[in-house]
Amino acid sequence: MRDLSLHILDIAQNAIAAKADLITISLTAEGRPAVLKVVISDNGRGMDPDFLEKVTDPFTTSRKTRQVGLGIPLLKQSAELAGGVFNIKSVVNEGTEVSATFPVDSVDRIPAGNVDDTLVMLIASHPEIDWEIRFASEDQQFEFSLADIKKALQGVSITNKHVQEWIQNTLSEGFRSVFGGVLDEVN
Amino acid sequence: MKSIKELEAIRERALKEIAIRDNENKTRIVVGMATCGIAAGARPVMNAFIEELNKRGINTVNVTMTGCVGVCRFEPIAEVIEPNGEKTTYVKLDAEKARRIVAEHIVNGRPVLEFTIGAAEK
Repeated sequence: MRDLSLHILDIAQNAIAAKADLITISLTAEGRPAVLKVVISDNGRGMDPDFLEKVTDPFTTSRKTRQVGLGIPLLKQSAELAGGVFNIKSVVNEGTEVSATFPVDSVDRIPAGNVDDTLVMLIASHPEIDWEIRFASEDQQFEFSLADIKKALQGVSITNKHVQEWIQNTLSEGFRSVFGGVLDEVN
Repeated sequence: MKSIKELEAIRERALKEIAIRDNENKTRIVVGMATCGIAAGARPVMNAFIEELNKRGINTVNVTMTGCVGVCRFEPIAEVIEPNGEKTTYVKLDAEKARRIVAEHIVNGRPVLEFTIGAAEK
């Protein structure tokens, strides 16, 4: 994967496949030297301890068509190549939490990429899920809750193009205000 | 957040514009968005479909994503599924090809044969 936003798009599909109706995606940059942490958590069906143990193996997958599953191993690889840490926790019928850290100043850190594009696309394809988005740096915070937006819209679809445009602008502004000057690719 | 109040205005505007009910007799464009698709560049393809449809004011088409279609070597893949169930599978796409599919297939009703899986497998 070329950047973090593509990993997020990929891992979030696991949460969707796990039949979650609440998915939280958070990106935080904290500490000195700064570390970027991405956490994707869901309330889906979860994994049993046996499956969880081997889930970072590329030859483990829940799909039936073929015995290869690369989403999680690739994220683990991206994090570890940059000197970060990958972690996954899961409880059957409660949900799963995938996290990965990336030292901000590592030359091997993949760029954040177009995070708002990823999020807009996920929300547009699965508007029935209550997406919660959080961005935070040392001195800025941004929160976005699709449940609140649904309430405000009352009957107008999330996939309406004006609504989509507003969501895109809101997320992109939020991302820039939190990470501008923190990640050197964001300005 | 950019103020949830703005949404009220958007809601009013949207309510005026709603002409067609969602999901009824709509053409669907389904983009493969699994690990293989994403790595091959499916996100810009999906973006291009959405942008081009919006630019042309077409609201009879739903763009959605799906998992792995099963032929990863042909990614990015998109399927155009018409209301009558007829399906065209496009392979090895990029944003430019996606825009052409909107212009030729969606608008003019002529599938772009050179981008189809049939043409790629020859």
